[in-house]
Amino acid sequence: MADHSHAHAPRPLGGSLLTPFTLLLGVLAAIAGVILLYRLFYGLGAVTNLNDGYPWGIWIAYDVVVGSAFACGGYAMALLVYIFNKGQYHPLVRPALLASLFGYTLAGASVIFDLGRWWNFWHIFWPGYAQVNSVMFEVAVCISAYIVVMWIEFSPAFLEKWGMKDVRQKLNKVLFFFIALGVLLPSMHQSSLGSLLVIFGEQIHPLWQSGWLLPVIYLMTAILLGFAVVIFEATLSSTGFKRQLETPVLTPLSKVMFGLLAAYVVVRVADLVLRGALGTAFAATWQAFWFWVEMACFVVPLALLASESARRSAAKLFISAVLLMLGGFLLRINGFLVGYMTGEGWHYFPSLAELMVTVGLIAFEILAYIVIVRNYPVLPAAQPVTR
Amino acid sequence: MDRRTFFKASLAGGTALAAGAASCPAQARETRPMPPEAVGLLFDSVLCVGCKACVAACKEANGMPMEFSTADQYWDTPLDISGKTLNVIKAYRNGKMEAKDREENGFAFIKKSCMHCVDPSCVSACPVSAMQKDAKTGVVTYDKDACIGCRYCVAACPFGVPRFTYDSPTPQISKCQLCIHRHKDGKYAACAEVCPTGATLYGKVSVLREEAQRRLALKPGEKTEFPRGHLRASEEKALQGAPEGKGAQRRQGWKDDGAQRYPGVAGQYLQHIYGEKEFGGTQMLMLSGVSFQKLGYPDLPPRSDAATSETLQHTLYGGLIAPIAVLGALTFIAKRNVKPEDGEGGQNG
Repeated sequence: MADHSHAHAPRPLGGSLLTPFTLLLGVLAAIAGVILLYRLFYGLGAVTNLNDGYPWGIWIAYDVVVGSAFACGGYAMALLVYIFNKGQYHPLVRPALLASLFGYTLAGASVIFDLGRWWNFWHIFWPGYAQVNSVMFEVAVCISAYIVVMWIEFSPAFLEKWGMKDVRQKLNKVLFFFIALGVLLPSMHQSSLGSLLVIFGEQIHPLWQSGWLLPVIYLMTAILLGFAVVIFEATLSSTGFKRQLETPVLTPLSKVMFGLLAAYVVVRVADLVLRGALGTAFAATWQAFWFWVEMACFVVPLALLASESARRSAAKLFISAVLLMLGGFLLRINGFLVGYMTGEGWHYFPSLAELMVTVGLIAFEILAYIVIVRNYPVLPAAQPVTR
Repeated sequence: MDRRTFFKASLAGGTALAAGAASCPAQARETRPMPPEAVGLLFDSVLCVGCKACVAACKEANGMPMEFSTADQYWDTPLDISGKTLNVIKAYRNGKMEAKDREENGFAFIKKSCMHCVDPSCVSACPVSAMQKDAKTGVVTYDKDACIGCRYCVAACPFGVPRFTYDSPTPQISKCQLCIHRHKDGKYAACAEVCPTGATLYGKVSVLREEAQRRLALKPGEKTEFPRGHLRASEEKALQGAPEGKGAQRRQGWKDDGAQRYPGVAGQYLQHIYGEKEFGGTQMLMLSGVSFQKLGYPDLPPRSDAATSETLQHTLYGGLIAPIAVLGALTFIAKRNVKPEDGEGGQNG
């Protein structure tokens, strides 16, 4: 096998932790913490705009459904590197995995605050309570398992830092199994996040009620988002930490992304045509409007990434990644909120407190990422070899 | 070599997936049938006079708090079902409101409470078995001690029935449970018990359906008799189970108040029993002179969403066959491709 994985072993980045930026992140995270504490004492109604027409708000639709898909970088890269044996992307694995780790762990933690009777949360894992026909059961168990698996997958970075050679060597021998699990589990729950919408039936606008294809559509976009996030994060951390751009590794990655994207657009449109739902896209409704914005976010990158020369442009790669993330975001927000039609008279737009919790969560994720890459071996020490 | 391994890998993964999916195609789940002894309600919009005695009786029987919607909080004025209200009567109004049960320039009353679906979405959605459908009576029940408050049931119900108490730090789901807590005392749903006109009747669904069909067969204006309260209680003896607990009342069983009948004339009905076919059937049946969609009830297909959702889940995960097969293939591939994560060389392959 290719051994370029060792050409640039990951090293701690070092540098100061206290900057105006990290301070801002800390303050935002603290605000979210206070709001969540308030929520525990006064109930969901005290801080959110949730109601019986919209029992799920952005804490589910964004923090969990979008957030976990944004955290698919580790999954997408593991799939590519370890399953499709594309060793040249190895330097991207650890940083992607780290971002995934925080994305998922915080998505998992934030769900607890969205649960009305959170002290009972363990019932999901308990025989006698656990209800295996529920899509929610599958999602909850699978995401919880994946969070554990990711910490194990990432632990070599900690073990290296702490000099625990024995443990690391033992772990190395079985790591392949956890990597396999780490590919299986997201395949399951990312598709099931789509399946959550099946039981909503006709309450979901035809543009997003794809029935049996929901798991396929959500899984394809989860992998696409994983690639997009890797490009997004690689570009941002190159800029943010003043390192050389990783475009030479990202260019072939974007070719894989392009193929998957083309397949996705075909599946998405074919589904609408076959179900006879395409007509509703031409009605003068908010749903139709947001559908077109969503589709544009997938189709524009398809055009942007069509040629090899375009894929070598760091700018085009970055714009495509951002658009794809926006597209995946919209697919999920549209499915769970914009296209959720529960009857006349119900309205929902997140309250300032809800938004601040979500912002604080993202801030905490970025803060934790910075702390870890400065102190633990995550980012490649040497610059990626140019082709 | 990259290309070869790539093809092998994708082939192995694909085969495992296909094998997994193909190995459990027989688990497709149809919409469930109604338990033969199922009990429910018949609501006849034509007989309802909008007195809301049922709303008050429901509150009392279930210990639900008052709910205010007017500036002066004089009395209980719920506008819809909610965390505080399990049953309401709503009015349909159109134009000049000249005649009852007429769609144009008319008005009508409609009851809103749990439909007790034959194949309920809430039961299928609930991850912790807090929502249950009783195997014998078919009553859809809620257990707050099991509930985690995820509100998937609230989101999933096509009738918008389960509601949630957002204003409480220890919230719960609230929904009609057909007064099952009164069954042990030989009492039935409070809404039907107090209904003065018999617009809401309690009884076995099969008996209620007969009554509904009888009314639809009548000519408008024809003289008839309307029962009140509990329809043919004698047919529900089976549901009482063995007499248990103390006191004569518990052993007494259902009181047959079949004698409560009054003469009247048949109204103008739509030839449609709502809840007979919708969504695989519900244990609340409804009759009306005004279209059910105008009264706020959705036009639903005969297949339940629970059946679709569970078929999909079981096809993917039934017996965990597909996931285990895929995991096997992934483990095999990963074992060949994973190199040690450290930077000290790859001697361990």
